Amino acid sequence: MSHLADLTISQLQEGFRSGNFTPADAVLAIESRIAATDPEIGAYLSRNVEAALEAAAKADISLPLGGVPIGIKDVINVLGEPCTCGSRILAGYRAPYDATVISKLRAAGAIPFGRLNMDEFAMGSSTENSSYQVTRNPWDTSRIPGGSSGGSAAAVAAHEAFATLGSDTGGSIRQPAALCGVVGLKPSYGRVSRYGLVAFASSLDQIGPVARSTRDCATLLNVLAGKDPHDSTSLDLPAEDFTTRLGRDLKGIRLGIPKEYFVDGMDPRVRAKVEAAIKQCEQLGAELVEVSLPHTSYAVGVYYIIATAEASANLARFDGVRYGHRAKSPRDLIDHYQRTREEGFGSEVKRRIILGTYVLSSGYYDAYYLRAQKVRTLIRRDFASAFEKVDALVCPTSPDLAFKIGERVDDPLRMYLADIFTIAANLAGICGISVPCGLVEEDGKMLPVGLQFLGKALDETRLLGIADAYEQAGSLDVLNFRR
Amino acid sequence: MSSPNLDVRDVARLARIELTDQETATFQSQLGRILEYVEQLGTLDVSDVEPTAHANPVFNVLREDVVRPGLDRKPVLANAPHAANNLIVVTKVIE
Repeated sequence: MSHLADLTISQLQEGFRSGNFTPADAVLAIESRIAATDPEIGAYLSRNVEAALEAAAKADISLPLGGVPIGIKDVINVLGEPCTCGSRILAGYRAPYDATVISKLRAAGAIPFGRLNMDEFAMGSSTENSSYQVTRNPWDTSRIPGGSSGGSAAAVAAHEAFATLGSDTGGSIRQPAALCGVVGLKPSYGRVSRYGLVAFASSLDQIGPVARSTRDCATLLNVLAGKDPHDSTSLDLPAEDFTTRLGRDLKGIRLGIPKEYFVDGMDPRVRAKVEAAIKQCEQLGAELVEVSLPHTSYAVGVYYIIATAEASANLARFDGVRYGHRAKSPRDLIDHYQRTREEGFGSEVKRRIILGTYVLSSGYYDAYYLRAQKVRTLIRRDFASAFEKVDALVCPTSPDLAFKIGERVDDPLRMYLADIFTIAANLAGICGISVPCGLVEEDGKMLPVGLQFLGKALDETRLLGIADAYEQAGSLDVLNFRR
Repeated sequence: MSSPNLDVRDVARLARIELTDQETATFQSQLGRILEYVEQLGTLDVSDVEPTAHANPVFNVLREDVVRPGLDRKPVLANAPHAANNLIVVTKVIE
């Protein structure tokens, strides 16, 4: 008999309803899997089993996510729990409120369970920038799980969670989902409230689900989406059921292949898997259309100006006054700020704050920040004209397989280029999803490859339908592959 | 586009981070390379292009001006690095 922790959310819910097991059994199954495998994987920073069991005892299984434990990236506030953002500066902090996504999960019957490791303040592509621990890829533990939501993806891949929440500013849900062989959805900008998400780059950040199937992601989005008076950027839209296009084929769907996303320098084995997957989409009825996104090569440059500029402002709140680390015996207030932030932040965070401060500084603002915002307009226009011709785009999620731990830590620019296929979606505010599309053998281990579908803003229902059609036909071997 | 002319020590002071000499040297060379990379944006003609600040611009989002509960004092003070008498104790601001 299969282990409870290996079930999908829909299978789990069937079990609750038929009385085969209870939400408490589900929490205990996840807890026992974490105890068995997480010492090696390192996905979880902390968890409160007692609180989860208490919630499980009261869970209403008739609700959309009734009794389902969900792991949470350590950047989203859950009342009374730590929220370190992977940073020393927030060691010991306990959230004084629930983020809106957490209130929504609770209202839908779900049980927030466990805090997942991440790159410090979501800045990174490998989870190596966590100040607390290394997270290892469950497919090959000498490799990174991707990032910044590396804990969220590794936990789902190792079956230490049924599903998790991550955040995506430049690919931080989709890229780790690809490298860990799971499904990760970045909703459109404005779809999900960010109230209670510790801000990195406010014009780019979105919260989204990581799960073992597209269907589970759609079920979660049904719960997470919606206008929130606490986040003025969340959009007021009619209620929508994101599962309505699941279980179909791809007949009548026009899929665009952006030629700039098949570049020299990408791993040829990744390219081969993605091309085979695209062919499979055609067999499922999709019409393939080559499209061009001519400003693609500028996206990484634009991103590292805009994201760092916004981060330098957002992270000014970590000043050692109201919460978090404070330097000992400061000489004066400036010394208090400078040493608090020097001691509290890790290298990548300091690097980005300095870059962001520089591009916003007098004399450089027009040359860097304003120019980047203008090129951002060109990138948006590229997508707008592509979506006049096609329903969605299909491309790789990451140019590489999971790389070795430590391989890129001293080369930030090379690390940044790992996000080349995911960043533009955040700049344009569109939605994107990564689904597994195959395995490549490397050093005697199988490593997953991710296929990315990009949809126009607020077109998640169609995007999820397309991803589900491909997943049902193509990638079950990856999803079911046991290490 | 102006050439990279970044003085890491000076910008770190603006950002209120006291870097070590080692960090200053490392960041100087790493950020120099990153700025060189972003120089490519200078090759585009953007003179007629409007800047994008947000993907879905929304304006004048207002809510009703009604009293609502704030955070509980106890957990907020428990997070303060130094608290006394139900207040957060801060480093001296005025000499």
